[in-house]
Amino acid sequence: MNWLKPSWQGVLAIALCVVAVVLGAMSKPEAAALADTAASAAYPYHATKLLMMGLVVVAALVSMIRIAPLIEAGVLFVGAHLTAWLLISGIGGFEGTALAPYYLLLAAAWLLGWRCVAVLSDIRPAHKGSRTALRLVIPAIFGAWILIIWEAVTRGAGIPFILLPPPSAIGARFANSLPILGADVRQTILKAVLFGYIVGSGAGFITAILADRVPFLRRGLLPIGNMVSALPIIGVAPIMVMWFGFDWQSKAAVVIIMTFFPMLVNTVAGLAASGHMERDLMRTYASGYWPTLVKLRLPAAAPFIFNALKINSTLALIGAIVAEFFGTPVVGMGFRISTEVGRMNIDMVWAEIAVAALAGSVFYGVVALVERAVTFWHPSVRGG
Amino acid sequence: MDSFRDKLIPVTTILAGVVVLWYVFAVILNAPFQRDMDSRANATPGTMEFVGKTLSQPKPTMPAPHQVAVNFFENTFLRPINSNRSLVYNAWVTLSSTLLGFAFGTALGIVIAVGIVHVATLDRSLMPWIIASQTIPILAVAPMIIVVLAAVGITGLVPKAMISTYLSFFPVTVGMVKGLRSPEIMHLDLMHTYNASRAQTFWKLRVPASVPFLFTSMKVAVAASLVGAIVGELPTGAVAGIGAKLLAGAYYSQSIDIWSALVAGSIVAALLVMVVGVAGRLVDRAMGGRPA
Repeated sequence: MNWLKPSWQGVLAIALCVVAVVLGAMSKPEAAALADTAASAAYPYHATKLLMMGLVVVAALVSMIRIAPLIEAGVLFVGAHLTAWLLISGIGGFEGTALAPYYLLLAAAWLLGWRCVAVLSDIRPAHKGSRTALRLVIPAIFGAWILIIWEAVTRGAGIPFILLPPPSAIGARFANSLPILGADVRQTILKAVLFGYIVGSGAGFITAILADRVPFLRRGLLPIGNMVSALPIIGVAPIMVMWFGFDWQSKAAVVIIMTFFPMLVNTVAGLAASGHMERDLMRTYASGYWPTLVKLRLPAAAPFIFNALKINSTLALIGAIVAEFFGTPVVGMGFRISTEVGRMNIDMVWAEIAVAALAGSVFYGVVALVERAVTFWHPSVRGG
Repeated sequence: MDSFRDKLIPVTTILAGVVVLWYVFAVILNAPFQRDMDSRANATPGTMEFVGKTLSQPKPTMPAPHQVAVNFFENTFLRPINSNRSLVYNAWVTLSSTLLGFAFGTALGIVIAVGIVHVATLDRSLMPWIIASQTIPILAVAPMIIVVLAAVGITGLVPKAMISTYLSFFPVTVGMVKGLRSPEIMHLDLMHTYNASRAQTFWKLRVPASVPFLFTSMKVAVAASLVGAIVGELPTGAVAGIGAKLLAGAYYSQSIDIWSALVAGSIVAALLVMVVGVAGRLVDRAMGGRPA
């Protein structure tokens, strides 16, 4: 039995397939056709039912043979995703008619996907490039399965469109309304967020340097800054809308206020991060306040400052979007979300959320890349 | 005495400066409207009278601190608690969904963290998504959750609490993963030499080590939870709660109401963070922690 290594995922997947066979019909039309053999009604999975089950069983069995993990993962990957694809494409035209075996097969395919991820996460490649690739592939498969299950369940169970549209519909809506989404991004991100982010972070930074110069100010500002970070600052949005009008300036003001305090607190903490030894060294060089600041303390504070910039990148987006709930011109991401929710165009809302997620990730990614370039000396970047 | 000189004096000085600046700005910002009113009424007030008037407008652009304080006092202490306009009532509405969401979020965060620490597959596949999800403006989903759940017939506390849950479980997960992994190799090796089972290592080493991390992240989570509850009240059409007060104030330009709702929200937030902090210190002491 040395060539066999059973996994609970594989065994369970086969068991689910067996139960699915025993239960029979995968959808209501098929059940009707089975009950009345004389009528020739069209039903899903006419030809592919056995193929899908065969795929699952074969992939599960192959995966339990002792073979190279990479081949095992490949077999599982193909088996799981081909089954899922057949399941999802087969239900087209018969949405909402799925019976228990449909979900059992989906679960079986998902178990294979899980097994695939488990096999992949046990691989410890020696090569650095393949390690990076693996670090990307594993979460990607996980994310893909969230989408697959979402798509399969919404279509199989026929969940009403207003409740939860399937990802494919959201994708279609996304592709169809690129001009609108682009205009929203321009209004919210390129105007309000960027301006507010730069001004807010800059003001926080300058205040922090000032507070560093004047210890009295620092002792007074730090507790206040720490406390303010716990407050629901987002609540100033209606006030800012009242002051600066409906256009992007009011949103930028909210963003400025939201990004100011994290920057202040983190920069002040960062300026205290340089060690006594280094500061003493600068003193022996007879270096004044400003040269010490520029050459020693600011570089030492860079990780803290970038941490604040990362926190702020998310806060800025949230601030601008939520501020738009309080009134905007007829463009903007927050405006689109709140009005399309009112009109029950939930797929448009999801498309807008996808844009927001994308923008947030890109924003964060850019800050992280700049950080890597600037703090190349830091152990966490060097891989110490 | 040191903390008095080191903290209290600077903080109060700066707060006093903020109040003075606030008054100055209130006069400056309210002046154009007041000048407009005066010229229409053909009144020519002296400087002091003019300043007094700018600080007592019924719907000022920038309410003066004392106006906010009076409004806050009236709405907090003078109204019956079950009145719709009472800030205590509205704060309670927000607080209840905050707490419910916070409790769920913390529980969910801990469960996910335990899963991530113990199952390698989850660590490699789920953790990147949890970190990535922090870069996403999650709050944008809030109106949809409220409206969609209302369409199914779920209204009231639960949808708002769901947003709070969603916002509060990320910090707890990240903090707990860090905390459960914080025991050093030495300690883990020691448990190994004791022939401790996985469960014993978990309960006797990992859990105690993670408690400080838990409370630190719970402070962040409770603040996020409150923000979630407030934003969750915006699309419900201003029924009750601090968020609803903000929205109603924005609709009717009741700037003083907005400010006092903001003050109420801030007080609730400060209290929540303080309670979590005190609970953390109590638990720490009960577990035998000594002040460093």
